[in-house]
Amino acid sequence: MSQNTSNVLDHFNLFREPEYTELFENKRKNFEFAHPDQKIAEIRDWTKTWEYREKNFGREALTVNPAKACQPLGAVFAAIGFESTMPFVHGSQGCVAYYRSHFSRHFKEPTSCVSSSMTEDAAVFGGLNNMIDGLANTYAMYKPKMIAVSTTCMAEVIGDDLNGFISTAREKGSVPADFDVPYAHTPAFVGSHVTGYDNALKGIVSHFWEGKERTPNEKINFIGGFDGYTVGNLREIKRIFALMGVDATILADNSDVLDTPADGEFRMYDGGTTLEDAKLALNAKATISMQQYCTEKTLAYIAGTGQETVALNHPVGVAATDKFLMEVSRVTGKAIPTELEKERGRLVDAIADSSAHIHGKKFALYGDPDLMLGLAAFLMELGAEPTHILSTNGGKEWEEQVKALLASSPFGKDCHVYAGKDLWHMRSLLFTEPVDFLIGNTYGKYLERDTGTPLIRIGFPIFDRHHKHRYPVWGYQGSMNALVTILDKIFDEMDKNTNIPSKTDYSFDIIR
Amino acid sequence: MSLTVEQTKARNQELIKEVLEVYPEKTAKRRAKHLGVYEEEKPDCTVKSNIKSIPGVMTIRGCAYAGSKGVVWGPIKDMIHISHGPVGCGQYSWAARRNYYIGTTGIDSFVTMQFTSDFQEKDIVFGGDKKLEKIMDEIEDLFPLNKGITVQSECPIGLIGDDIEAVSKKKSKEFGGKTIVPVRCEGFRGVSQSLGHHIANDAVRDFVFDKSEDKHPEFVSTPYDVAIIGDYNIGGDAWASRILLEEMGLRVIAQWSGDGSIAELENTPKAKLNVLHCYRSMNYISRHMEEKYGIPWVEYNFFGPSKIEASLREIASHFDDKIKEGAEKVIAKYKALMQGVIDKYKPRLEGKTVMLFVGGLRPRHVIGAYEDLGMNVVGTGYEFGHNDDYQRTTHYVKDGTLIYDDVTGYEFEKFVEKVQPDLVGSGIKEKYVFQKMGVPFRQMHSWDYSGPYHGYDGFAIFARDMDMAINNPVWGLTKTPWKK
Repeated sequence: MSQNTSNVLDHFNLFREPEYTELFENKRKNFEFAHPDQKIAEIRDWTKTWEYREKNFGREALTVNPAKACQPLGAVFAAIGFESTMPFVHGSQGCVAYYRSHFSRHFKEPTSCVSSSMTEDAAVFGGLNNMIDGLANTYAMYKPKMIAVSTTCMAEVIGDDLNGFISTAREKGSVPADFDVPYAHTPAFVGSHVTGYDNALKGIVSHFWEGKERTPNEKINFIGGFDGYTVGNLREIKRIFALMGVDATILADNSDVLDTPADGEFRMYDGGTTLEDAKLALNAKATISMQQYCTEKTLAYIAGTGQETVALNHPVGVAATDKFLMEVSRVTGKAIPTELEKERGRLVDAIADSSAHIHGKKFALYGDPDLMLGLAAFLMELGAEPTHILSTNGGKEWEEQVKALLASSPFGKDCHVYAGKDLWHMRSLLFTEPVDFLIGNTYGKYLERDTGTPLIRIGFPIFDRHHKHRYPVWGYQGSMNALVTILDKIFDEMDKNTNIPSKTDYSFDIIR
Repeated sequence: MSLTVEQTKARNQELIKEVLEVYPEKTAKRRAKHLGVYEEEKPDCTVKSNIKSIPGVMTIRGCAYAGSKGVVWGPIKDMIHISHGPVGCGQYSWAARRNYYIGTTGIDSFVTMQFTSDFQEKDIVFGGDKKLEKIMDEIEDLFPLNKGITVQSECPIGLIGDDIEAVSKKKSKEFGGKTIVPVRCEGFRGVSQSLGHHIANDAVRDFVFDKSEDKHPEFVSTPYDVAIIGDYNIGGDAWASRILLEEMGLRVIAQWSGDGSIAELENTPKAKLNVLHCYRSMNYISRHMEEKYGIPWVEYNFFGPSKIEASLREIASHFDDKIKEGAEKVIAKYKALMQGVIDKYKPRLEGKTVMLFVGGLRPRHVIGAYEDLGMNVVGTGYEFGHNDDYQRTTHYVKDGTLIYDDVTGYEFEKFVEKVQPDLVGSGIKEKYVFQKMGVPFRQMHSWDYSGPYHGYDGFAIFARDMDMAINNPVWGLTKTPWKK
């Protein structure tokens, strides 16, 4: 018996004790009828080969370990960015349990969201009654100022008519006649969570703007897009705008609701774009989106109202932040203050201090389309060599855009771009064309374990490290965080690879 | 200020009345049936259960897919489980349940991987059967050591009229009789995870038991063969249970389904006794094996020394004196450790109150473990329990306990606010709500990334964790000192 009261052993150490290792061996030997170890080793080695890679890339139907989620997740993410807004997902209830869990695992925060709990009878007769009862209950219980409706694939397959259902619910008195219930169809079998963000935001914006007269003013709108760093990023953007004196409306500002204090009170709603601001945002002279692929339809709609639109690709680094600020400055006519010039200089200084450790290192990276563009540009700025760039939810247009970006720098010349591929493809890439570091979300740890490529966690979701979402990766200061995240891993690896006494004593340097 | 039982009952009844006031009339009527106060000697908890959740109320429940893929089938390690439909379901449930296993992931084990057919619009319009066939071909090609495939249906499958049974049958034949299991666990079926468990159990019956001859004729039975049913090995729970059964002289021939393999499922009909932990999710297959193979089953509870001791004796009572003596030896062996745990933690936890809201067996099963530490469970409820769960609960709860079935976000928050327990045990969706309120919390699905909690080894961890939650210095910091 290894368990003891003075030092309680939990799963980390308990199962390494002999009574358990013996138990595992016996179970495997006597009851599992497992393949022989040699066979397993043989297949494992085969999966590392070019032959396997070609087979793997020959896949036409099977997806293994994708790096994308489904539309309604993005819709919920956008909805909670508005003042006292309850996301309402029309369809099966299990989906909502999943979205809530998923966000809570990343942000370590509560995520409020309701479902219309459709079951078999609704599949047959449609979900009208679920909508009528659901809106009435949500309105009575959670006292939202707005209920933002989106859909699961179930409701989409049976073809529920959201507009008609919501009107009927209104007529039946589920919510007051003038209560805001924007909606968006967000089928899970089209696009990904970034598409859902786009559809939901367009649904909300058009709900407020449709049929309204636009009286242009000097304000601008800002859209962050689906972003695991939303808490840190949006706060950093607000700080930058304050420094510049820019009067901006942040649309879908979920930075507060995803970061509420523990002070004895649970805030179901906190902060967010006020509904009044959302309405008035029609009058802004321009809208800037930090993530083109999260806002394709939204920006097209906004452009249709007569506003100028600017789409960026998750800008990280000096040049990308320069471009962002210059666009803000151009659109608003506000100068970029010296304070930001200093921040820029500090970032350049930091890169100069550290880039020797990054220069020439090869990186594989995967994630959402805009994040990939932003990080690839930053890596090349640091003198690193992106080698594999993969986005499960990236398409043809994205692929071309990344290729153009890579062609703009000598550091991008050996890089390949993989649109629509998954992390099992990435595994083959890492075995056949190894790199120094991998950048991705938490699921990259399986790739790190299999291939030995050190993982730098940048992306969504990050479940197994805490509080990263609080640190921005946008702006010069945010880029500094991204730089430090990358550097920390590089230095950790250097130490890890040089720490065997009387074997690799050299290079185990105290100053780097 | 501790209340008498009668005062507690009155307070709880008042509380129920109060929370119902928020609802529209129709909803209040429906919800009233799910809320109650336990009266001693009553045969159940006086609440209705296993009924559709009400739209818009923020139920904590999941779906049938979660019950089948997430709970029953997902942990079978040497099979590949396809999340069949759009990408989301498989993505959100990917490796989230901490079903520990040992194996070479991606080569002979596949639990922490996400295999999906990633349905696109054309699959919805034209059907996904052709794609499913191709997926199975690609699985055979790229993962040659897989020992079987399951098709875990997501919502659209049942709505677009796909024939996954025909595809599975055809491919099974083509692959030389490989076990391929179509599971009709579309998320809209039933009212919660629960129907998914049942459907998954039935799929084992139909496609593992009934479809196969004895695949392991070389397997030699002994009079002491048992199978662990309904332990998902969360944080290693099944291992911490198995070790005790083995120590008392039994031979565990199968684990359902944590760290389980298809061979173990196939050999289970050779067991002499099925020992059932999670009654809710696996009573169906246990009853089936009793009827078809004459294997008796016995429920047990491996949370906390009191229940473990009683369970070991109960299990042993199905065997001869050798096993009965074995059970006594095991109990004696761990006595000092358990006393040590209680001596260390009970003084820090004595009299503390707990409110639970969990799934499966835990709303009742963990009560004894808390009581071993001197704590009292003052409220409990099931996410997807049935009436037979609430009947069983009467053996655990005290007179006056607040009972809430399929609790809504609003109700749970209000109950906790008013009852002010020292600890809430529930899931990830609830965790941060209560921590914001300054209430200590432990996730009782995932063990909050700790565990195991089963068995004697697990109880030490359970006690440590409850202590670290309740006696965490952070709870003294939530109030701003300069504000009155």
